[in-house]
Amino acid sequence: MIEKKLVIVGGGPAGMAAAISAYEHGVSDILLIDREPYLGGILNQCIHTGFGLKYFKETLTGPEYAGRFIKKIKDISQIEVSLNTFVASLNKNKTLTVLKPGLLVEIKPEALIMATGCREKTREMMHIAGTRPAGIFSAGLAQKLINIEGLIPGREVVIIGSGDIGLIMARRFTLEGAKVKAVIEIRQKSRGLARNIAQCIEDFNIPIFFNHKILRIFGRDRVEKISVCKVDNNLNIIPDTTFEIACDTAVLSAGLIPENELIEMAGVEIDKKTNTPVTNELNKTSILGIFVCGNSFKIYDIVDSVTEDSFIAGQQAAEYLGRLR
Amino acid sequence: MIKKMTCIECPKGCLIKITLENLQIVKIDGNICIKGKTYAGSEINNPLRIVTSSVLALGLPLKMIPVRTDKPVSKDKIFEVMSLIKKVRVTKPVYAGDIIVTNILQSGANLIATRDVPA
Ligand code: SF4
Repeated sequence: MIEKKLVIVGGGPAGMAAAISAYEHGVSDILLIDREPYLGGILNQCIHTGFGLKYFKETLTGPEYAGRFIKKIKDISQIEVSLNTFVASLNKNKTLTVLKPGLLVEIKPEALIMATGCREKTREMMHIAGTRPAGIFSAGLAQKLINIEGLIPGREVVIIGSGDIGLIMARRFTLEGAKVKAVIEIRQKSRGLARNIAQCIEDFNIPIFFNHKILRIFGRDRVEKISVCKVDNNLNIIPDTTFEIACDTAVLSAGLIPENELIEMAGVEIDKKTNTPVTNELNKTSILGIFVCGNSFKIYDIVDSVTEDSFIAGQQAAEYLGRLR
Repeated sequence: MIKKMTCIECPKGCLIKITLENLQIVKIDGNICIKGKTYAGSEINNPLRIVTSSVLALGLPLKMIPVRTDKPVSKDKIFEVMSLIKKVRVTKPVYAGDIIVTNILQSGANLIATRDVPA
């Protein structure tokens, strides 16, 4: 069993800010864990601009924003970074069972910060009827395929839901030469930022259908078309408004769910509706000494706010460790 | 004539109203800050956008290197910039800020890497 003062799970913007802040508030012996081979989390695939305006007072891309924190982390010798490292379980004594290539270890920190981010809602959660052909992607997966793997997942695309990642991907597909035939949003207005409607949708004359709902996905081996109908403001289907859109790809952008299975395993009280810890204080949980920050605490609109609140998590952990002495 | 647009300079996304008379801007409102005014002016005269994409890496630890123009380029040049970007291959280590293509399409903007990709 390895003992540590502070372990932080997740090396995205939240985890990196928490680590730096904990160090700045006097904690040494910090271990920062991430399952990916690089620090930076989801920012590495968010290659568009718009990050950092609040925190750095300039507009940066995701990798640039992450890069500034990665540099800082590398300069602090008290922060040990462990990549390709997967946390398999967590118990109520804060003991983590951790998998690394060729290694299974238990780590026991005095304080723990979980910065595990979030995942995307799936087709199952959206209750879309139809077949299960190839060509259905979540927006974040499509983003990873294009920006990290260099693969274009389709040629004729319909985006379902108008969350920010969906809007950003509408532009990204268009820039890569694919045709985005429609963005379908069940509500009256976009879930994403107005600026993304302007610069990702209107700039490229992409048709966007508000008050519309996807009914069914068609296709045997590959997506062939989808059917769509109009809904009223209470989301009730308006009869005789169904139409079809031919496409080979459906991209789902319907929202994000905080990832908190590990702390739930440890017995932290979780709100089943939001999948976030039950608490009335920022970053705190029902178990003393386990903190949650960033998108696993709540879904944020912009990364600058994640950074800001995660700095507080680092300070909170430092204060908690200070009281233990 | 009144033109409405969303300012894209920050996440607030102010709805800006521009009053035009004989193609001249006579009034701009709805912007919270000065950047919105500059944006509106440029949208009327010559809309500009920063282009972001990724380029193929060969023999490096990452398959794709994220890039952007270091200055905004003319909006109607975006697809020309993109077709150039698609031809770029990077074979040597780069660091965020390194120039990948100088003065892309004579736009005055360079294409720069946005992530460190060491050997
Ligand atoms: S006018 Fe200023 S505050 Fe409003 S969106 Fe533009 S930059 Fe942001």
